[in-house]
Amino acid sequence: MPDESAIIHIEGVEKRYALGGEADVLALRGVHLKVHPGTYLAIMGPSGSGKSTMLNILGCLDRPSSGSYWLGGENVATMPDDQLSEARGLKIGFIFQSYNLIAQLTVIENIQVPLLYQGRDVRLFHQRCVDLAKLVGLGERLGHRPNQLSGGQQQRVAIARSLVNDPLMILADEPTGNLDSRTGTEVLDLIDRLNAGGKTIVLVTHDERVAARAHRVVHMKDGLIDREVVNRPPPMPS
Amino acid sequence: MISYQLASTVRLGIKSLLLHKLRSALTMLGIIFGVCSVIAMLAIGEGASFEAQEAIKKLGSNNILLRSVKPPEQGRSQGGGGSRGSQLKYGLTYLDGARLQTTIPGVLRVLPMRIIRENVRFARNEYPCQVIGTLPSYADVSGAAVVRGRFLCHMDEQHKDNVCVITTGLAQRLFPTDDPLDHSIKIDTFYYRVVGIVQERSQPEQRSQSGKMEGQPLDNNVYIPLGTSRTRFGEVLVRRSAGSFEAEEVQLHQITVQMRDTEAVETADPQIKSMLEHFHEQNDFEVIVPLQLLRQAEQTKRIFNIVLGSIAAISLLVGGIGIMNIMLANVTERTREIGVRRALGAKRRDITRQFLVETVVLSVGGGLIGVVVGVITPVVVSQLSDMKTIVTFWSVLLAFGISGAVGIVFGLYPARAAARLDPIDALRHE
Repeated sequence: MPDESAIIHIEGVEKRYALGGEADVLALRGVHLKVHPGTYLAIMGPSGSGKSTMLNILGCLDRPSSGSYWLGGENVATMPDDQLSEARGLKIGFIFQSYNLIAQLTVIENIQVPLLYQGRDVRLFHQRCVDLAKLVGLGERLGHRPNQLSGGQQQRVAIARSLVNDPLMILADEPTGNLDSRTGTEVLDLIDRLNAGGKTIVLVTHDERVAARAHRVVHMKDGLIDREVVNRPPPMPS
Repeated sequence: MISYQLASTVRLGIKSLLLHKLRSALTMLGIIFGVCSVIAMLAIGEGASFEAQEAIKKLGSNNILLRSVKPPEQGRSQGGGGSRGSQLKYGLTYLDGARLQTTIPGVLRVLPMRIIRENVRFARNEYPCQVIGTLPSYADVSGAAVVRGRFLCHMDEQHKDNVCVITTGLAQRLFPTDDPLDHSIKIDTFYYRVVGIVQERSQPEQRSQSGKMEGQPLDNNVYIPLGTSRTRFGEVLVRRSAGSFEAEEVQLHQITVQMRDTEAVETADPQIKSMLEHFHEQNDFEVIVPLQLLRQAEQTKRIFNIVLGSIAAISLLVGGIGIMNIMLANVTERTREIGVRRALGAKRRDITRQFLVETVVLSVGGGLIGVVVGVITPVVVSQLSDMKTIVTFWSVLLAFGISGAVGIVFGLYPARAAARLDPIDALRHE
């Protein structure tokens, strides 16, 4: 049964990849994880540890082969594709390593994209989008295109975009991987501020200094959670 | 709400297409040519058949035309039943006219004509003309309109007067400065007083009796009373050429039978044929039924339209394949974007819609330009050549509709391919 107090509740999740009839590859071998609201969680691990598979499943981009995944109390492990898309759009805010803004759209239009797929009238949410742009420090550059922005600025647009549908959690995949240390720090500071404001953050990284900012750090190895480090206590579930 | 979403999708589609202006323009070209050729070809076809139908309608759909035809060579020995050796006697006779009038049901009028080629002279002007001996009812049957003076009348016929009516074209040529009325023109050795000028609706006689066109300017007709023609020219026409001469005895060159209605035309056609065949030993006449020609012309037009339409449709098809090709490349190129959109909550159908809208924008945009070019092309064609063109509304609608359909049909596959992409793979795509 789902733990009602947790935002993320993963129970015995396995992910098996079929490789042309031969022995299947087991990328996840029964992972258990609970994340409560307001937690800043970092996932670390070497390549091949199942970190990416974990991220895909957490982000509802993929379904586990077995086990359960309750996201905000709903089992997304068995959802059909359309519902899964909706869950991604409404419950998760993605931040990618390479920003992944849409090149032909301006800053404000990029921020609006997730609204579009929830059938929301962009005009009604215009002020919200402008506020988010201001929040990430790009209030003056609404009409610019991604190629007119620096990497740090692009990543901040991506953060604003991840917030527009007010998701349950922010899922960040190496958000500073393409940035120099100074702009990387700025982005991480911004994420800290979001977490301080109550947002749940799940961040995948292999940078110890990035992981150090999280409440909890989960280390993965061979498709399992190998060990967990608690840097500082996460806020108590209310 | 839905329309707002669609509008923003369309706007996004236009934006994406504008990212690659040259590519989009080249892709559109296929559709532009396709739509343009559908409209232009149908317009040319429509114009051509319209002209043919008009020409036939002028002959009168209630009329049946009978013409004297010189029988084939071998018929000469049997047919030359006249007194002199080299004289050839053939064609329709006065008796035929009388028989038609009395035996065929539904006949309104029988209009006999003698058509003789002669030079017509006034002062120093001389032109080769058709001197047509006919009855006063000619004006009603052929639809010739009297512009000035009067047409031939029964008194002219009775007295076999030397009077004539000329066509407007001839009047201008013979009398560049004078008023033709009451002047006398010279035909052969006699003078004829001009009593009227007519505007011809058509010149069916212009196709000469033997069926070949004889490089003669159109609208050079002189009408004289039938009786006058008979007495002045006689029934034996002698043609001299290069030392030899040929004599033909032809009573009437043409008989126009005006029927009560089109139904009567249908029934009278075989009756007239069998009657004439009974009285004519040789095949020295032809029967022309404008109504049948009209039907044939309509049939031809239909075939013409199908052929032209399918040629144009093939070019649209090729344009569609071009669009599909580009859209497939587009999908591959934007795989990453598709992954991002999927991660941000886009459902498969959202992706399908986005790419489909883009294709439809391309094809409908091309279609719109094609319609403009396609409407202009026939105008240019008819300016440069003598071809008449008619752009019909339905052809524009058809071409435009097809271009839209091409967009949907050929856009569906790339759009589905885009939607089927796995979001994880798409996000990882470089």
